[in-house]
Amino acid sequence: MHYILRNGRVVDPAHGRDGQFDVEVRDGVIVRVGTTLAAADGVTVLHVPPGCVVTPGLIDMHVHLREPGQEHKETVASGAAAAVAGGFTAVACMPNTAPVNDSAAVTRYILDQAAAANLARVYPIGAASVGSKGEQLAEIGELKAAGCVAVSDDGHPIRTALLMRRVLEYAGMLDVLVIDHCEDPTLKGDGVVHEGAVASELGLRGIPGEAEELWVERDITLAGLTRSPVHIAHLSTAGSLRAVRAGKARGIAVTCEVMPHHFVLTDEALRGYDTNTKMNPPLRGSADLEEMLRGLADGSIDVIATDHAPHHADEKALSYDQAPFGITGLETAVSLTLDRLVHAGVIGLSRMVELLSANPARILKVPGGALAEGAPADITVLAPDLPVTVRAAAMRSLSRNMPFEGWQLRGGVAATIVGGRLVYRNTAVEALAGWLA
Amino acid sequence: MTAVAPVTALRGRHLLSIADLSPAEITLILDTADAMKEVGERTIKKVPALRGRTIVNLFFEPSTRTRTSFEIAEKRLSADTLSLAVSTSSVVKGETLLDTVDNIEAMSPDMLVVRHASSGACQQLARRCRSRIVNAGDGMHEHPTQALLDAYTMRQRKGRIDGLQVAIVGDLAHSRVLRSNLLLLRKMGASIRVTAPRPLIPAGIEALGATPCRTIEEAVDGADVVMMLRIQLERMQTLFLPSLREYFALFGLTADRMALARPDAIVMHPGPMNRGVEIASEVADGPQAVILEQVANGVAVRMAVLYLLAGGSED
Amino acid sequence: MDASRIERSLARIAHEILERNRDLADVALVGIRTRGVVIAERLAALIREAGEAILPVGSLDITLYRDDFMRHPVGPQPLVRSTDIRFSVEGRRILLVDDVLYTGRTIRAALDALIDYGRPRSIQLVVLVDRGHRELPIKADYVGKNLPTSPVQSVQVRLREVDGLDEVMLEEGA
Ligand SMILES: [Zn+2]
Ligand SMILES: [Zn+2]
Repeated sequence: MHYILRNGRVVDPAHGRDGQFDVEVRDGVIVRVGTTLAAADGVTVLHVPPGCVVTPGLIDMHVHLREPGQEHKETVASGAAAAVAGGFTAVACMPNTAPVNDSAAVTRYILDQAAAANLARVYPIGAASVGSKGEQLAEIGELKAAGCVAVSDDGHPIRTALLMRRVLEYAGMLDVLVIDHCEDPTLKGDGVVHEGAVASELGLRGIPGEAEELWVERDITLAGLTRSPVHIAHLSTAGSLRAVRAGKARGIAVTCEVMPHHFVLTDEALRGYDTNTKMNPPLRGSADLEEMLRGLADGSIDVIATDHAPHHADEKALSYDQAPFGITGLETAVSLTLDRLVHAGVIGLSRMVELLSANPARILKVPGGALAEGAPADITVLAPDLPVTVRAAAMRSLSRNMPFEGWQLRGGVAATIVGGRLVYRNTAVEALAGWLA
Repeated sequence: MTAVAPVTALRGRHLLSIADLSPAEITLILDTADAMKEVGERTIKKVPALRGRTIVNLFFEPSTRTRTSFEIAEKRLSADTLSLAVSTSSVVKGETLLDTVDNIEAMSPDMLVVRHASSGACQQLARRCRSRIVNAGDGMHEHPTQALLDAYTMRQRKGRIDGLQVAIVGDLAHSRVLRSNLLLLRKMGASIRVTAPRPLIPAGIEALGATPCRTIEEAVDGADVVMMLRIQLERMQTLFLPSLREYFALFGLTADRMALARPDAIVMHPGPMNRGVEIASEVADGPQAVILEQVANGVAVRMAVLYLLAGGSED
Repeated sequence: MDASRIERSLARIAHEILERNRDLADVALVGIRTRGVVIAERLAALIREAGEAILPVGSLDITLYRDDFMRHPVGPQPLVRSTDIRFSVEGRRILLVDDVLYTGRTIRAALDALIDYGRPRSIQLVVLVDRGHRELPIKADYVGKNLPTSPVQSVQVRLREVDGLDEVMLEEGA
């Protein structure tokens, strides 16, 4: 298969590109990026519709695919389908499956399922401790050899400071990234939502933002001690971001990610007790949201990830305090980012591509993040002005737990190409009708 | 407070939260309760107003007092009633809140009186149910009929609610009675001071319309109404309070402290009381206490709520 | 009917009450809210002025006994007001007073309500206007005026104490 994506606006910050370019793809590899590339015989020309934007494939470095063990919520295949429908050519999946991905066997199982699905690339993240129980180091060397790109006990924080120190030292030795879910469980207690006036009014137990901040400070301090990089998962408070900025200023290798729900919703959304507003970390106050917007714009936040956390409708039908934490995110992230950040003037498209592609690739040390000649052709085509109405029923994920039902957003995904193969084409973008499946 | 135009009906089909009631609707409920109270004073304490209506009392959390009060109210209105104690174990087994109610609704009750240990449970049910729902206490969120009976008792004793100085003392953090009372008292023009040990003061209490005080003396000073909230003994011992003895020493309502309130002040308690923890027996049994009147008024207020909700708009 | 006709009718009823109830010791008046109460009070005053006796007057709210709204579960509930009967009805002869007697359903509800307060020795019915069209076997013992009407008409009784003037009007359109 040999084709040229003709005359799209290419946004590729890694190469400093933002303009009209052609992208030539042969046998799954990008062979050339240039202007008015000649199409030899047998080369298909795919015209990029006006207004669409060609970017390096988007990478979601924080998802939960639930397989093995909870296939009623999501499978690797359904998650990969959701990923490409959401514009992601690759995802990194957290190890809190059943069993926990703390062994090469589970890692290989996930990779086999991903290969069978043959949609998005799937990068497993291994457990930092055995069973993610926070007691004993996992075999990080074996996990890396099997294909894990990072370690984390996500779902839980890496439990003790001593264990975190050892994980950072050991994983650092193996050049494996450590990702931590930051919350002090002893301060969180049995809280379910952000502590504040809304929680008090609704009679829901609060989790103070400081429970996250204490842990972020701990991790940054230990990253300094061990001189190993640490990545802060789902950062959600102004205080956490202050700590990250201070850590970066001290030269510590700390990076962080923010979820779309934390830059579009606050705890005001809890009124009405929709359990699809329950996630961990919880929706915060408006001052925190404002600070997330500043961090996204000024570069102190490195990544937008989704923390895609599918749950079955029956589980979310419990009362608010008993329902599980988490919402889906793969199929809403691009629209929320375009609508609430790009069109709102918070960031430009180039910064959006850094947050969703270049930076996650660099932090995870995986291929992609740029439209580089000779690299696999992982490409996302965005339709930044496409009107989108969010409908859970239309999603590819097996689960429908998200609080954006019926939202009207400007901007969506036009097409997703993985390894040169068109794996998703949005039928709402009519000008793409001629593109081959 | 400016005078409000009287209304003759409730707008909503459920009673989930005091937040949904206007001052005029609150006044309608209290006025209707006056008539209902008279029914309770007769030899034959029963009227046919809700004859043929089915009311199911669905208690996911045990509460003898509230359930009994609703049952008496329902029987006095001649409704057909059924009380179900749904053990939380069936919920734990995986049956969802909504499954349980779907089963009850299949029997076409007109009204559900729901008590649940989780905040928001009644609102979640109301989105799903055809029946009218009366919130009989949802977790730490609200207990609207308790606030209404408290207001009824205040109005009966003080002649008004507007302008009253109300002190509320006790476990503010976990109290649904507090939340409903704050909403109601603010709407009706009372001013509210609250006090509790600091770990029991919820975040942002000022935003809920109460002025927090450091000491009970400060809160009670000059009050028209002193409302004590229950301390749940089993919940308190570990992290909120060092001991119940110390709680009583710092925050218990004693005769000395009560002397700081206005001489005609009343003492209220939603019950059940812990004597010697929240309140000294001499105060609980003293002339200013209206605690048993609250219980009696509870039946009249619940009759009024049930009667008024039985009509109302279709949606 | 104008004010003087109403006055004369009430005077006649008071006279009839005195005639038919020689011993007034256990007689009491109970008016049905709102205008029945006014009429009961006027009758009590007329009997007092006649020097015969001071009859106790009570007011009865029958909202909780009505059968019309119970059949229509949709629509706002009628406003409930208090019943105020400060004497025991047990063993008494009760004069139940209302302004207009029509289908008889109001009186049926009032009888139910009254009997819930105890067991009167007897109940007699007093109405200012009987407009006919009974749906229940109920008959008044004292009638101010029989007013033939059609069911599409309505009878408006206005009384000074409530409405600022005394009149009974027959209006078209129920
Ligand atoms: Zn997490
Ligand atoms: Zn996660």
